[in-house]
Amino acid sequence: MSQDTAQLSCQELVELVTDYFEGALSPEEHARFEAHAERCQGCGVYLEQMRVTIDLLGQPPAAGLPDGAERELLEAFRGWRST
Amino acid sequence: MAGSAEAQLLEALRAGDEAAFAQLVREYQPSLVRVARIYVSTQAAAEEVAAETWLAVLNGLDRFEGRSSLKTWIFRILTNIAKTRAQRDGRTLPFSALQDPGRVPEAAVDADRFLDPEHPRWPGHWAVRPEPWPEDALVAAETQAVVAEAIEALPPAQRAVISLRDVEGWSSEEVRNALELSETNQRVLLHRARSKVRRALESYLGEDG
Repeated sequence: MSQDTAQLSCQELVELVTDYFEGALSPEEHARFEAHAERCQGCGVYLEQMRVTIDLLGQPPAAGLPDGAERELLEAFRGWRST
Repeated sequence: MAGSAEAQLLEALRAGDEAAFAQLVREYQPSLVRVARIYVSTQAAAEEVAAETWLAVLNGLDRFEGRSSLKTWIFRILTNIAKTRAQRDGRTLPFSALQDPGRVPEAAVDADRFLDPEHPRWPGHWAVRPEPWPEDALVAAETQAVVAEAIEALPPAQRAVISLRDVEGWSSEEVRNALELSETNQRVLLHRARSKVRRALESYLGEDG
């Protein structure tokens, strides 16, 4: 385990993941974060899990319109057009 | 939607093109309902807010000048209607949580997953490391249901931020404007929300190891 990794514990790293993704870390913190994540298997897996979590969040199940809602909206559209 | 595509769509809508309107409704309706759901307490109320939004969109379409994108404009109408509705129903987003989420600390991962911070050799390192998730489970509908449940279980401010940022894919700036919160507070709320969803997935996906 290197000095870099020793400076940032795994417990500290998991709290910096969002700041890391959002680009909110200073250049030094950013470098320290990456050095740790590259060399630490547990944190590598953790980071990947966070990426997968964000991916899954971005794929919500398709939700259609409630019954009749589209028809009502289209009727409203026709009404609007004729005014 | 690119600028020129949007201009075309607007022209079609103003010319009374029903197919263009139907396409717009299908594209945005799921998002409108999900975003409305952040403010109001039931799915039915969220659907009513979305329906009211479409009527307001139609009424305002001729006056829409394109200073913001059509999407931004539609969602601004939606959030205004949703906020009014929430107020009427006596339900408001807890502002203390939006403004000062750091007041109560919250760990992304339980402390007992780590070695003691005073550990002589590996302070604060994993005691129980996370295990890679089985890839085939990630595409399963059950996994999506776990994610949906985890979002639903979040405190309102965290749910609002993660819904807009990660589910709807809004930019940090769009979310800050919609929820009136600082960049730092948004990051804190987003971090806590994502960490909890990850935990829910870990406990679900780890079950059959």
